[in-house]
Amino acid sequence: MKKIIYTLLLLLPLSSFAAGGVKLQPVDVDLEDFAAIQKGAKHYVTYCLGCHSAKYMRYKRIAMDLEIDEDIVLAEIAPEGANIYDPMLTAMNEHDSKKWFGTNPPDLSLIARVRGPKWLYTYLKGFYTDESKPFGTNNTVFKDVGMPNMLWKLQGTQTAVMERSHGDDVISYLKQETEGTMSRQQFDQFLTELVNFLVYVGEPVQLERQRLGKYVLLFLLMFGVIAYLLKKEYWKDIH
Amino acid sequence: MKNTMNQCTDWLLERFPMSKLWNEHMAEYYAPKNFNFWYFFGSLALLMLVNQFLTGILLTMNYKPDAKLAFDSVEYIMRDVNWGWLVRYMHSTGASAFFIIIYLHMFRGMMYGSYKKPRELIWVFGMLLFVCLMAEAFMGYLLPWGQMSYWGAQVIISLFSAIPVVGDELSLWIRGDYVISDATLNRFFAFHVIAVPLALIILVFLHIVALHEVGSNNPDGIEIKASKDPWGKPVDGIPFHPYYTVKDIVGVAVFLFFFATVIFYMPEMGGYFLENANFIPADPLKTPEHIEPSWYFTPFYAILRAVPDKFAGVIAMGGSIVVLFLLPWLDRCPVKSIRYRGGIFKKALALFVVSFLVLGYLGTQPATPTFTMIARVFTVIYFAFFLLMPIYTRWEKPKAVPKRVTHEPDAEEQYAALAEAFEEMTTHEPLKTSWGATAFPVSPNKEGIKHVLTRLLEKLKRSFE
Repeated sequence: MKKIIYTLLLLLPLSSFAAGGVKLQPVDVDLEDFAAIQKGAKHYVTYCLGCHSAKYMRYKRIAMDLEIDEDIVLAEIAPEGANIYDPMLTAMNEHDSKKWFGTNPPDLSLIARVRGPKWLYTYLKGFYTDESKPFGTNNTVFKDVGMPNMLWKLQGTQTAVMERSHGDDVISYLKQETEGTMSRQQFDQFLTELVNFLVYVGEPVQLERQRLGKYVLLFLLMFGVIAYLLKKEYWKDIH
Repeated sequence: MKNTMNQCTDWLLERFPMSKLWNEHMAEYYAPKNFNFWYFFGSLALLMLVNQFLTGILLTMNYKPDAKLAFDSVEYIMRDVNWGWLVRYMHSTGASAFFIIIYLHMFRGMMYGSYKKPRELIWVFGMLLFVCLMAEAFMGYLLPWGQMSYWGAQVIISLFSAIPVVGDELSLWIRGDYVISDATLNRFFAFHVIAVPLALIILVFLHIVALHEVGSNNPDGIEIKASKDPWGKPVDGIPFHPYYTVKDIVGVAVFLFFFATVIFYMPEMGGYFLENANFIPADPLKTPEHIEPSWYFTPFYAILRAVPDKFAGVIAMGGSIVVLFLLPWLDRCPVKSIRYRGGIFKKALALFVVSFLVLGYLGTQPATPTFTMIARVFTVIYFAFFLLMPIYTRWEKPKAVPKRVTHEPDAEEQYAALAEAFEEMTTHEPLKTSWGATAFPVSPNKEGIKHVLTRLLEKLKRSFE
């Protein structure tokens, strides 16, 4: 018995090692806020779709799920000339992207399920100037990422302030270098909307799933009570 | 009309022993009346098997076993097929739930000595089922063709190449290619949907036939057939139907409540039931930073990594499953149930459970030097539990076993005691509210909590004697 307790005590501090590296920032994900997701969809098409497809998502689905008129989706969200049944494909071809970036920008349909919203939010905020890189930027969460900071015009540019920790130079915080067209608050809001859209795209059915879950659980609860009463009735003679 | 119906039934019954089968296995199959919580997991395992079959059949209708199409077809199921997401989540959650149930089912057998004479064969069939289930899960896990599917399979199949002389040829033969590829996906699909399920069904049949031949064990570990009434029925037995059918339905309802909670609110289960990296399509050129098997394999995976030599590691991992087969012959104690067994077995079993859980945790973590050390310690404990069993079970001083099954208070009967403990742990200090009334808010009573905890710990300590 003592052995068990000591072992558990021994393991406790180790589990805290799991969360190392950069601290991820919280982001407000609310899939019932259709307006925010709609804005996020627009941001995605404007700033991301140039390189990143979201091939498992159709414009039609956005219209259906977010309860927007199909014409509005085509006029305000989808790129010029897209059909409502089209999936969200990028116009950039693989051959070119390989030449320009050295790799194909990944499809982002499922990125929120791979990385999680906090990671995406922190990543998109985490670009800083680093002249040693081909595009002049680096990232706090994804070191040496091949992607340039697409949002620099909105965000402005940042530089990394370093500090020494355990003999290594690590990033202490990011300092605003030049101002962007958006205030800090506006930019955070912008990213929140974009991340909300990505979370929605990762699993469009999740809202429906959670809505349905309540009824299923309620049914199972009632079923369980009836089953229990039935069991009690049958078993009353068994001693 | 009624006459025609009767004639039809007669025609059938004259040619097929339907009522005989029903009576033998349900209405006149006598099961001990003292089954407790742990006895739900047999019927729940059967429920999960049915769940996996039904949802699996539906999934194959839209899944494409092709390296180019597999990942897309899974997303197609998740997004475009009506209710496809529900079917897929039922199947993926079902796989994990199946293992939780099976592990608890096996633990029940270990606690109450259900593997002992005359039930050795039931245990062996059960172990074969467990091995088949692992194969089924492993091959099914490749089918979504995500990064973790691909690299997990790559790692596990490469283990075969550690076997001397034939190793490389063998792993090549299993894969059908030099790396995991379309050929592997196709054959795994064939095994996952036809070959292994067929073996599972046959083994379930054998498991149940063998069980019904000797009869079920029970928490007291005594043979109910030893005391029979004048009509030859066991006095402590009750017909499986209707008593245990209605009872198992309650178990099903409770289980489904948790099952549905996972499906509808946390289908990924924090990355344990559906791993994050598996939402990236398989890429043979990009190895993920951290490859880990599904959670239900992690105890065995930790044993594999704990051994410094690769081939020896494979042997140890295989051995950790093989020793389970030998359990009926390793245990030398004549007493079955943990209730009447000596303290040494109880402590050994507790240590085994801890080592299984710790190894399971370590299997999900990167193999750092500290973790590897801990894994080695617990691997030794894991094997010591089995290999030293013939020795320590001989020293064991079991208690007197009753002749008839004992009564264990159920949840409802324990309610009074629980209420009393709650009463002891709280105080109701009268409190004047701002508007002059007197309220009795419930607040914790430190002294009382200490008493209850001490009693609980003492009880726990005594239960290990």
